Amino acid sequence: MLSPDEWTALSLSLRVAAVAVLASLPFAVLAAYLLARWRFPGIVVIDGLIHLPLTLPPVVTGYLLLLSFGTQGFAGRFLAEHLGIVFAFRWTGAALAAAVMGFPLMVRAIRLSLEAVDPRLEEAASTLGARPLWVFATVTLPLIGPGIVSGMILAFARAMGEFGATITFVSNIPGETQTLASAIYTYTQMPGADAQALRLTAVAVAVSMLALMASEWLARRGRKRASGA
Amino acid sequence: MSLHVDIRHRQGDFELQVAFDSPQGLTALFGQSGSGKTTLVRAIAGLLRPQQARITVGGTVLVDTAVGVFVPTHRRRIGYVFQEPRLFPHLTVRQNLGYGRWFAADRRAAADDARLVEMLDIEPLLTRHPGSLSGGERQRVAIGRALLCAPQLLLMDEPLSQIDAARKAEILPYVERLRDELKIPIVYVSHALDEVVRLAGHLVCIGNGRLLATGPTAAVLTRTDLPMFARRPDAGAVVAAEVLGHDAHYRLTRLHCAAGDLWVPQLDHAVGSQVNVWVRAQDVTLALQAPQEISALNVLTGTITSIGRADDSTAMVALDCNGLSLLARVTRLSAERLQLRSGLSVHALVKSVSFPLAAGNAAA
Repeated sequence: MLSPDEWTALSLSLRVAAVAVLASLPFAVLAAYLLARWRFPGIVVIDGLIHLPLTLPPVVTGYLLLLSFGTQGFAGRFLAEHLGIVFAFRWTGAALAAAVMGFPLMVRAIRLSLEAVDPRLEEAASTLGARPLWVFATVTLPLIGPGIVSGMILAFARAMGEFGATITFVSNIPGETQTLASAIYTYTQMPGADAQALRLTAVAVAVSMLALMASEWLARRGRKRASGA
Repeated sequence: MSLHVDIRHRQGDFELQVAFDSPQGLTALFGQSGSGKTTLVRAIAGLLRPQQARITVGGTVLVDTAVGVFVPTHRRRIGYVFQEPRLFPHLTVRQNLGYGRWFAADRRAAADDARLVEMLDIEPLLTRHPGSLSGGERQRVAIGRALLCAPQLLLMDEPLSQIDAARKAEILPYVERLRDELKIPIVYVSHALDEVVRLAGHLVCIGNGRLLATGPTAAVLTRTDLPMFARRPDAGAVVAAEVLGHDAHYRLTRLHCAAGDLWVPQLDHAVGSQVNVWVRAQDVTLALQAPQEISALNVLTGTITSIGRADDSTAMVALDCNGLSLLARVTRLSAERLQLRSGLSVHALVKSVSFPLAAGNAAA
């Protein structure tokens, strides 16, 4: 059904999106917790920074990533020297771009579910002897579980569709950084490749639909669970 | 093991400044809503950091702002039953009950746990989720959950205030059993006098952030100088009595209290069991001479200890009947005609006795 090149693009997209979501998850929970529960001056700035990729043109985000995480960027050089992680023109860079773009969506979903958690339950847990970290692990986390999952799905869908930041940051190298979106773009620029472009478009639509339906189902299940029925 | 609290805390316009000791058994923290009761128990539990305080339980210092001691909530080992049950919705009843045990350093014997579950009648609910329980059941599970982590003190913040009267009557016996069978002090917050009368051996009354009165319940309730009691239409005295026997023919029960014996409508309590009965001031008539050939069965003798004003037309008379305090509400006219004064010996006709929050409050 799909050609080997198309398969490569799809599987690379899935890998990039999965890694992006899983790697950014702990940071997203932390950021959501910070935004939902802490009040300190400067929180507006953090909130703004997290949400910036939603409003910035993706090209700008990609260019900023290139400046900071590219081979000459301060972060890119540091990570390459000390941890051996290279982002520039690698699939890992595509994952980073996807993570940054999906981050605000994930934080938002987790934050909303955190704000819905009754802090009185956490108080009750502490009177039962649970230290704050345990309260979070045994009460807060299970209650925001559905929010986390739906945030992950949204970010995953966003990562699958990521194009502008990725192509700016890590270019469009088949087999390395050519994701589903960039492959579709390439086919649309090629004469006579309409069939390939359409096939991959159908795949993209299917993946997105599945993600949205799963997110909706989990949200409904979560509401039911939180009400204790 | 006793609780000692001395606290000063300001929150906006409200200032709480209260000091009291609470002995073994159940101490009621009584006062109107907004008087500072919840602030006080939250400080005891460590959910609130008071500006100035010293709080100790059985010699352990929990808070001493003078030397900078503040034990965090999770290390206080204080059970807390909140107004709303606050059960964890994602856990079953069994998991809710076991929650505190994950963290308890000294594990209680399994037999003790089983007995507690039996005492609270929650065995049949164990596999259910909190969402499917009734209000009364939830509160019973919340009480069990607080107790299963073997606390050194139990705080109950108006645990019955969100429950209807029928459910209240269903839970109160459980609280009584806990009070009588557990060896830990209980602080019970309430603004309902009937609960206090039924449960508390010791009473701490606060109003507008200040301590109004503290002492044994029977003594505090019969003080004629406390408008919060003397002005109440249902002001009265709590009388601790023992069931002496039942008369099946006349359907009466004979009770014994310090002042003598009382006949009351038949109770289902076993002979020898203890009951707290409530003698309302308006149900007590005073006579200077022993009344004869009257229908009232209960006539006690005593000495007037104080007289206070209840409202414009009536006076509140406190009596000492062989160590037992009683209150009588008489008109100011009668008080003057009979020349009632402290030290005078009188006969008190008790027209009716009620049982706080029992199924039926009946006349004798």
